[in-house]
Amino acid sequence: MTDMPKSWHEIVLATLKANDIKLIVYVPDRVLTPLIKALHADSFFTVFAATREEEAIGIVSGAWMGGMKSAVLMQTSGFATLPNALASLVVPSQIPALMFVSERGTLGEFNLGQAMVCKTMRPVLDSLGIENHTITRHDELEFVLERSIKQAFATQAPVTFILSPLLTGGKVFSK
Amino acid sequence: MNNTNSKPAGLHNVKTMNRLELTKRLVGHLKADEAVIGGIGNTNFDLWETGQRAQNFYMLGSMGLAIPIALGVAIAQPKRHVVALEGDGSLLMQLGCLATVAVQAPKNLTIVLWDNGIYQITGSQPTASAATADLVAIARASGLANSNWAADEDEFDRMFAQALKSGGPTLIAARIDGEPGVGKTDRDPVQIRARFMQGMGAKK
Repeated sequence: MTDMPKSWHEIVLATLKANDIKLIVYVPDRVLTPLIKALHADSFFTVFAATREEEAIGIVSGAWMGGMKSAVLMQTSGFATLPNALASLVVPSQIPALMFVSERGTLGEFNLGQAMVCKTMRPVLDSLGIENHTITRHDELEFVLERSIKQAFATQAPVTFILSPLLTGGKVFSK
Repeated sequence: MNNTNSKPAGLHNVKTMNRLELTKRLVGHLKADEAVIGGIGNTNFDLWETGQRAQNFYMLGSMGLAIPIALGVAIAQPKRHVVALEGDGSLLMQLGCLATVAVQAPKNLTIVLWDNGIYQITGSQPTASAATADLVAIARASGLANSNWAADEDEFDRMFAQALKSGGPTLIAARIDGEPGVGKTDRDPVQIRARFMQGMGAKK
């Protein structure tokens, strides 16, 4: 008997748990909803929403300095609010912030604002020298997460996982 | 409308105090390796001036994130009391964090607000709290019921000592003067972070 193949969000949750990532702070996103629901349902995790992505970055930075590993979940437009917090806190302090970004603005986006803000994300990450991976393939997800989370803590450097619509299905036209 | 009439109502019986004096009093109460997160600028400079502790985190940028950082430390270390020092301009930039703290309700978190009604470090432009915004009322309405103005130095002492003893979260606000910060934080973020983690027992 073979196991049912795991969904992308089951793989993310299992990898977070395997790496002792106990605190998850998020700003909600439709595509991330199954992951957020599953995290809330699992007592291993402390999970709550922050009012802004910057605030979430502050919280996980404090938690890590206090000895608790943590991650932030957000969508593309939320990432666009982060350059100051990343450039003035996370990067110069060498804080291994784990950031999961549900990618909007591409592969069928219907909102011009989302499409524009998406174009800013990778240049910001690259200009700050922040390791980032766009994950499109289900069969590569666990490998990329597992290796990169370990690298983030070993090298005391942040990492961003951009979850492509090719992986998650993305947000689709509602009509 | 003149300035006196537009001053936030909760502030009429509150003495204007000095940040360095109050920071010294605050640090004098710390007996159990409490963590202190100092917000940017003069808040930080006066914390530095009171003597460097391994349990102090001196935030150099990221205006508005002292309270979120303190919340993170408080969640990671529930047995340690954590104090966030933040200015009025910084708090106004990140008001949502009060609501988040209220929902999470960490018992080991105290927020101390230095309110001088100005963006002091950028040229003393007035903040909204100089005129109409009562930050204690905002904190209460965000769900932080235990939020109060300190009427004078003695009351600040009593309130802070009580906050360390009893269950939080607590917010203590002090109206302060326009004196600049006295110390000068050594701007080495990696060293500040590493020392703080050692102070937290999170790093060798």
